[in-house]
Amino acid sequence: MVKVFIYPATSLILSDMVARFGHTPLSSAVAIRERIQTPGLESPPLQITPEEPKKGLKWAAVEVPAGVRGRMSLYGPMVEAAEAAIIINDADFSFGCMGCARTNELIKFLLREKKIPKLDLNYPKNEEEGVQFVSAIKTFLTDLGGAK
Amino acid sequence: MTPPVRIAQISCGPDYAGVQAEINAAAQEVNGEIFFPDIALKDIRRDFDSFGLDVKSPDLKLAIARAKALVDGRVDADAVFIATCFRCAEAAIVRNELRRYIHENSKLPVVSYSFTERTTSGTLLTRMEALTTIARRRALLARETQSGITLGLDSGSATTKAVVMKDNQIIGTGWEPTTEVLKSANSVIEHALAEAGITMKEIEAIGTTGYGRFLVGKELNADLIQEELTVNSKGAVYLADRQHGPATVIDIGGMDNKAIAVMDGIPGTFTMGGICAGASGRFLEMTAKRLGVDITELGPLAMKGMGVHVPMNSYCIVFGTQSLVNALAAGSSREDVAAAACHSVAEQVFEQQLQEVDIKEPVIMVGGTSLIEGLVHAMGELLQTKIVVPHHSQYIGSVGSALLASGFIKDE
Repeated sequence: MVKVFIYPATSLILSDMVARFGHTPLSSAVAIRERIQTPGLESPPLQITPEEPKKGLKWAAVEVPAGVRGRMSLYGPMVEAAEAAIIINDADFSFGCMGCARTNELIKFLLREKKIPKLDLNYPKNEEEGVQFVSAIKTFLTDLGGAK
Repeated sequence: MTPPVRIAQISCGPDYAGVQAEINAAAQEVNGEIFFPDIALKDIRRDFDSFGLDVKSPDLKLAIARAKALVDGRVDADAVFIATCFRCAEAAIVRNELRRYIHENSKLPVVSYSFTERTTSGTLLTRMEALTTIARRRALLARETQSGITLGLDSGSATTKAVVMKDNQIIGTGWEPTTEVLKSANSVIEHALAEAGITMKEIEAIGTTGYGRFLVGKELNADLIQEELTVNSKGAVYLADRQHGPATVIDIGGMDNKAIAVMDGIPGTFTMGGICAGASGRFLEMTAKRLGVDITELGPLAMKGMGVHVPMNSYCIVFGTQSLVNALAAGSSREDVAAAACHSVAEQVFEQQLQEVDIKEPVIMVGGTSLIEGLVHAMGELLQTKIVVPHHSQYIGSVGSALLASGFIKDE
C-alpha cells in the first residue's frame, strides 16, 4: 500500500479510486461545486494565515506570489510524502480543479522530478478515451500492489 | 442602521495568501460587505471563452466570469474590489483588463489591488472607504458649488491645511507642517479664520479629510469625515473648473500617491500607492535639503536643469539620494540634480501607478507637490500632455471638504 499524490488534488473521483485500491490518496479532498460562492474554485476549507506563504518559501522563492507559496505550504509536504503519483492534464472543472496555473506547473514538475512510479495522462475527450483512461488508472494502482 | 454597501470581490489567491480575513475586516470597518458573485461552472466556460483573454489559471477564468456577471447585471453589487497576487504577471494582465472592462461597461466604482501576505486591513481601509463613499454618497459627490460658510480641514501625513469658504469663494487659508495632529489642526484653523475675518461660531458646517480625519473630525464635531480619494477628486475638478466629463487627478503626497480616473467629479477607478518614500514628496524634500534650498525653490531650480545628465541608479529614497550626492561630487550642476530628482519621482509614479488607471485629459495635479514646477513638467513630459495645476492646489483636500460639507447645512 502506497501514498499516491493525485493531480488535480481536489478530484474526489481520483481520491476515491486510489482508496478503493487500498492506497492512501494524498489530496486536498475539496469538492468542486456546481455553484461557486467562495473566493476561488478550490478555496481552502481551513483558515490559511499569512504564516503559510512563509512556510511555502521551502518550495518557492520570495519573489513567487504569496498565493503560490500559500498553496505550496499545503501541497509541498504532500509531494514530499508521495510514493507514487497520478497526474491528469487538462481536466474538466467538474473532475477536479486547482485555481493557480503557476502552482500547478510547479507541483507537476516536482512530481515528475521525483523518482517514484507515475501515471501522466490527458483527461479523456470522448467515451472511448474514457474507457482507456479508467483502465490505465486501474492498471497503475494494481501494479502498485493495490487490491483489485 | 444603514444597510452595508455590497462589495463584489473578484480575485485570485487571497485565501491561499492568508489575507482574505484582512480584506473582510477592512470592508466591515466602513460598513461594507464583501461577497463573491455566485456563478455556475457552466458560466465560467461560456464567459471565459467570450471574453477572449486566454489565461491559464482557473481562478482567473472564474474572475473573468464574475466580472461579466456583474456587467451583464446577473449579479447585483454596489462596488467592485479586484485583488490578485503581487508579482503575478498573468494576474496583473487580468486585473488591469477587468478593471477597464467594468469601468467602461458599468457604473460600478472599482478599485484594484495586488496583495502580499503582509497586506493588512489598515492598508486597505482608505480604498474600501472610498468605494463605500462613492456607492453611498453619489448625491453629495454630485455637488458643484459651495454655499454658506464652511470650514474644510485636511490633516495630512506631512502637512495640515485649512480653508474657510463663503458663497463659493475661498476667503481664508491656513497651512503648516503636521506635528501634533490636533495642535496643528487648531493652529491652521485659527489662521484661516483670522484671514477670513470670521469666528468659529459663524461656521455652518465642517468637513475633515486626510490621515488625521477621524481624530480631528471627532474633536471638531465635523459634519463630514471623508477619505481623501473622493474629497480630493471633488476639490480638483471644482478648482480646475472641469466638473463635467472625464479627468485624471494625480496627487503625489507626503506618504502615498493617488491616481484617480474621474467622471463628472466622481472617481471611477483609482490607485493609491504608498509606503515607498522614493515616489513621494519626501524624496523631493530630502533633495531640496541636500541642495541647500527651500522646497519652494526646488521646482524653479529643476526647470533650469536637464535630468538626463544625472545617472540615477535607484528609485529608493536612500540609494536614489546617494546617486544625487555622487552626481554633485562628480561635478553635476544643482539644476541638473534637481531636475533628475523630479524626473525620478514622476517616472516612478508613472510606471507603478498610472498604468492602473486610464489617463484621460485633462490631467490635474494637486497637493503640495503640484507647486514644484519641475515635478509637474516631468510628469507632463512622461504623459505627453499639458498638466493642469489649479489655484489653491495645495489646499485641495480642505477645499473638497469645505465644498462637500456645505451639503450638510441645515437649510440646504
